[in-house]
Amino acid sequence: MIEFCGIELRHRVINASGCFDALAAGRVFGDRLFEEFPFAAYVSKTITLHARDGNPPPRLWESAAGMINSIGLPNRGLDAYLEHDIPALARLPVPLVTNVMGSTAEEVGELVAPLAERPEVAAIELNVSCPNVATGLDLGADPRGLEALLAHVRPLTAKPLIVKLTPNTADVAACAASAEAGGADAVSLINTLRAAALAADGSGLWLGGGSGGLSGPAIRTIALAQVWRVAARVAIPVVGMGGVSCGRDARELIDAGAALVAIGTESFRDPAAGSRIARELEGSFTQIAR
Amino acid sequence: MLGRYVVLVTADPLARALPGQFYMLAAAERWGGGEGERPFLARAVSVMRAHDDGVVEFLLEDVGPGTKRLCELQAGEDLTLVGPLGNGFSASGPDTLLVGGGIGIAPLLAVQDAWGGLALLGFRDAEHAAGAQSFAGAAVATDDGSVGHHGLVTDLLDRELERAPGPIRACGPPALLDAVRDRAGAHGVSAELALEAPMACGFGACYGCVVATVDGYKRVCVDGPVFEAAVLV
Repeated sequence: MIEFCGIELRHRVINASGCFDALAAGRVFGDRLFEEFPFAAYVSKTITLHARDGNPPPRLWESAAGMINSIGLPNRGLDAYLEHDIPALARLPVPLVTNVMGSTAEEVGELVAPLAERPEVAAIELNVSCPNVATGLDLGADPRGLEALLAHVRPLTAKPLIVKLTPNTADVAACAASAEAGGADAVSLINTLRAAALAADGSGLWLGGGSGGLSGPAIRTIALAQVWRVAARVAIPVVGMGGVSCGRDARELIDAGAALVAIGTESFRDPAAGSRIARELEGSFTQIAR
Repeated sequence: MLGRYVVLVTADPLARALPGQFYMLAAAERWGGGEGERPFLARAVSVMRAHDDGVVEFLLEDVGPGTKRLCELQAGEDLTLVGPLGNGFSASGPDTLLVGGGIGIAPLLAVQDAWGGLALLGFRDAEHAAGAQSFAGAAVATDDGSVGHHGLVTDLLDRELERAPGPIRACGPPALLDAVRDRAGAHGVSAELALEAPMACGFGACYGCVVATVDGYKRVCVDGPVFEAAVLV
């Protein structure tokens, strides 16, 4: 067993928020998914205060060794999540991490407070990649903004708070240090890198939402660099992610300082990627022990 | 080979696909490293035929790095399959009009195999129209007039709807599906359309393949790929 922020996990591999819909996958693959769940914890997609339709299509662009998505965080909103999704997700045989996003500290507080009351929720992850209306920067791109966010949210819950850092910032380690100073129990990174594709007919940006986020093996070495810098700067555990597609990739993030590894885009290509990578990662430790 | 098309024959001993369902396909080796270092994601491909013994047939056309690699697969090379996925067509009878365009004819062959129906198929030219050979009888239209009716497949559909209207099952390019939806509304017949959309996963995780419906965006992979024409906006 692995201990992470006081939560016991079967192994070191979890899913990246938004990259695995356990309820949809359960309908497609049946109860076997719940019995042999690929991840050691389940991280929900991002929940917002109000329902969101998401961005107009097209939402995907395949790039070299990766993809750009512009999904736009579709979800039914906090109330539906509390009422319908949590009871269904509580059936999973692994701890539930709920990922939330708000455009202001107050809004994030409104999301965190009711989740703090729910015993089914093991930890809360804060998606701070929402643009700040005042500055145009992502809420989490600015260390001072992160400090203000945590000052407001930290007192609202005793549950572990994981800050999902944005890579679209000048100094990710400074942001991580702010999160730690504000009382975060862990940080997770990297989120997708801002990217764009142009329509072949010259009509402008291809994705319905304009720009999007790049993920997949194309960003793995960037993730390694950022995880390394952050892990060297903070004492709280780091969840590393970005382009991991096999146990060796996961092992590199661990060696760079990550406590856990999250799988994102690879789960799209292989719905069983979580268990495969966990097995391969475990094997990498066994080999060294010999 | 069927003219411009390649028939990919593989096997899935675990499940039998229903007409309109699809698989996510990727070559096990050399998936990537093509044009622009692609493909990266698996490709969603409709089942053309699912046999009792587990053999599955897909119809492919080389139109990009993913389909190019799939078309190049040689006997004995490994293929990764995830599926069968999605909601297929509802059961239909021999009075059903199967309207297909180009590569979109594939799921309609699965319908005809299972439940019969009159196939009305449109193609660019004779090389593509060879795809119709797998059907147990089909009326063909080509854009260049080289085979069958010189014009659109919707001309054939109009003729049939005047003669003997029946429920419609359709798959093909967006303009064809729009035209089918208009005709179905005008003639008061039901129509089910199999949609195509780029997908990252195929099983509801990525939310990348949505289509606008009267109930908001729906995922083509798990809410479709077959939709009632009337719910699309």
